[in-house]
Amino acid sequence: MIVQTIVFWLLAVVLIASGVMVISQRNPVHSVLFLILCFFNAAGLFLLAGAEFLAMVLVVVYVGAVAVLFLFVVMLLDVDLVKLREGFLQYLPIGAIIGFVLLLELGMVYFGWHFADVAPTILAAKTPDPSMVTNTVALGRLIYTDYIYLFQASGLVLLVAMIGAIMLTLRSRDGIRRQNIAKQNARTKEDTIELRKVPTGGGI
Amino acid sequence: MISLFDYLLVAAILFTLGIFGIFLNRKNVIVILMSIELMLLAVNINFVAFSHFLGDLVGQIFTLFVLTVAAAEAAIGLAIVVVFFRNRGTIEVEEINQMKG
Repeated sequence: MIVQTIVFWLLAVVLIASGVMVISQRNPVHSVLFLILCFFNAAGLFLLAGAEFLAMVLVVVYVGAVAVLFLFVVMLLDVDLVKLREGFLQYLPIGAIIGFVLLLELGMVYFGWHFADVAPTILAAKTPDPSMVTNTVALGRLIYTDYIYLFQASGLVLLVAMIGAIMLTLRSRDGIRRQNIAKQNARTKEDTIELRKVPTGGGI
Repeated sequence: MISLFDYLLVAAILFTLGIFGIFLNRKNVIVILMSIELMLLAVNINFVAFSHFLGDLVGQIFTLFVLTVAAAEAAIGLAIVVVFFRNRGTIEVEEINQMKG
């Protein structure tokens, strides 16, 4: 128990520290790298809460796909870093005020909050005993039965996002040689091959 | 002993950091997108914590869907950033005023 607590606070402190670094770094590449550290620590917190599948999904999807996508875009765009930093402190006071107010409100909610008495009796899907059914199996049983429509819908969301991203970034530029299969197939021997009589020593 | 309150505290601080990041980096739209990811991560931590301490698995399923939407949002957002940079040569948020009436 004490080990768990120590690990929890270690992960939490590193998570928040790297969150601070994400928003305060001068170089966006460093921001992305701290974002990756953030995701790893959040995955650790998920593991401590017994959500192994989600922890692994977080590492695979976020670190493996989203963070790498961010890294690609940051390195792809040739941005003027100095110009982007102008006015960095201009919005610091209002941001600090809004952040403080939000934190205060969240704190007020958290301190005056408790589970309803009926909460433990109206669970939608009780977590099975981890020693009998693993987290992944339990999630799979729920997702592929009760939540199958939502699962399919989230697949559709990803499909639409993929098509949208491709459509947005695809462009046809002039001066690029591409294969045109219809044109290739329409070629005949007559318009491509010409037989000439070459005189000896004369050339064409 | 880890309590639900500890998880909520960490998530609240992370969410506030995300909001703060949006205000701090008013010019760099990529860092704004990263701040939004931080906020979604904080919400996910809340969901998983409640799921764990209430013994209800549905919180984790909802987290899965939030992850899906976040990934889609990041992909579309970054695609828009790339297109905008290609057309205007900058990603400053203040320059994005083409649709202003």
